Amino acid sequence: MSVEIIKSQLPGIFYRKPDPDSEPFKNAGDSVNEGDIVGIIEIMKQYTDVKSTVSGKITEFHVEDGASIDVDMPLLSVEPEK
Amino acid sequence: MKAARISKILVANRGEIAVRVIRAAKELGKKTVAIYSDADRDALHVKMADESVRIGPSPAKDSYLSMGGIISAAKDFGADAIHPGYGFLAESAEFADTVQSEGLIFIGPSAETIRSMGNKIKAREIIRAAGVPTVPGSAISSDSVEDALDTADAIGYPVLIKAAAGGGGRGIRICNDRQDLQNQWKIARSEAYSSFGSNETYVEKYIKNAKHIEVQILGDGVHQIHLLERDCSIQRKRQKVWEEAPAPILPGDVRAAIHQSAVDIARNIHYSGAGTIEYLFDTDENRFYFMEMNTRIQVEHGITEEITGIDIVKEMIKIAEGNELSITQQDVASRGASIQVRVIAEDPENNLLPNIGKISRMNWPSGPGVRVDHGLSVEYFVPPYYDGLLAKIIVHDASRIDALKRMARALDETAIEGLKTNIKLLQALSIDDGIMAGEFNTNYFEDWLRDNGYLKKVRS
Repeated sequence: MSVEIIKSQLPGIFYRKPDPDSEPFKNAGDSVNEGDIVGIIEIMKQYTDVKSTVSGKITEFHVEDGASIDVDMPLLSVEPEK
Repeated sequence: MKAARISKILVANRGEIAVRVIRAAKELGKKTVAIYSDADRDALHVKMADESVRIGPSPAKDSYLSMGGIISAAKDFGADAIHPGYGFLAESAEFADTVQSEGLIFIGPSAETIRSMGNKIKAREIIRAAGVPTVPGSAISSDSVEDALDTADAIGYPVLIKAAAGGGGRGIRICNDRQDLQNQWKIARSEAYSSFGSNETYVEKYIKNAKHIEVQILGDGVHQIHLLERDCSIQRKRQKVWEEAPAPILPGDVRAAIHQSAVDIARNIHYSGAGTIEYLFDTDENRFYFMEMNTRIQVEHGITEEITGIDIVKEMIKIAEGNELSITQQDVASRGASIQVRVIAEDPENNLLPNIGKISRMNWPSGPGVRVDHGLSVEYFVPPYYDGLLAKIIVHDASRIDALKRMARALDETAIEGLKTNIKLLQALSIDDGIMAGEFNTNYFEDWLRDNGYLKKVRS
């Protein structure tokens, strides 16, 4: 079974939570639907949602909440539904 | 007002505006203290100040927005005044209050003025009381959409939903009809709360064909004058990109009436410091309306300095020392025309998405009538944490047509390598027929970007 790697389209700061006091959008092990928000990228005061490109189960986050990221950096892996 | 000589200024900002304030302070014989976050360790403003202090980690909330950190830095370094620049804490009444109660001088208006103009609903009431027209609309205090619908029906669609605590073009939604307003109302209220900490909103008529005209003012608490107007209609996502002084194509009587109205407002609130009063000029109805007041130095102040010969940042410092305005209204005259463009870290080949990177080379224009305000240096890494404004290129010449040609020439001399910028786009804009004709409204630039293929799809 191939794992789908969701990569960053933008450089910036990757957040796993909608705001610092909230729970993460998703954790490893959670199921996810295509189009679900799994994180936010902040760059120069603009916020862009990161959405899952497939439905399935999140196996791993590759970057921490608040990490600096670059374009094409792997953010998380999702094991697609059969 | 008591005179209190300032000897050392802490500049509570970064980038080009920090550099601008340091230059003014130096010319007045004041010492300067720069603050920086981890991302700005090698920034130009840090090198230019007499002293500098790390204020915290890169995110703005831990550094440039850290009131406590900034005030203790000012005390540690013996600064007697703080200049907030624009953005960050510049329009925080709480910060202005705290600076003062800690025995330091806040270079700007009183906390009370910042507070009353910062709430856009309150500001509209004060302005109406001063006899200046505001855009038709009204504050909606309840969560119920019914009141909003009634207001919208009375003023006619399209309407804008605005956050009372918003400003600077943020917290605004357009609604084209009843259904649209119904759909967006709740979202707008909760968005206002999460972004600005208050769900206070108001509904205002959306004026389709309008120019954004603003008037620079200066006051010492007793005397208030205007320094003519600027046209800032060329905007994307309500962020200005191209600014001119004086405004092209504005009927003479309207120009004079807008100036007078700005002075009336400034007098009414006993304004002290530099400020800007923003208006919408409805070109169909030939009427102008108050939009908002910014109680700080503005990004585009330089074009006003060019046509009037008045150094606004130096005036701010002198006013903060308790000096009376040294300029009278009769001293203010318009000389030639000035244009500013904003060089922004955005990719014209990729939907104008922001980008970051290390500056490997930069070539700035020079020669007659060209001024560049920037905070960059080679090897500096432009970080993702703050605004994408890299530099302001300002030209001044005898007439508008000369200034346009000078801008095109200046942009030809400009090059930045190491990250993507909008320079190409600005070059195209500087020779655009619509810009040349001066007949642009606030929608012109976004339409132009789509027509010229810079925006592949409509983005919110």
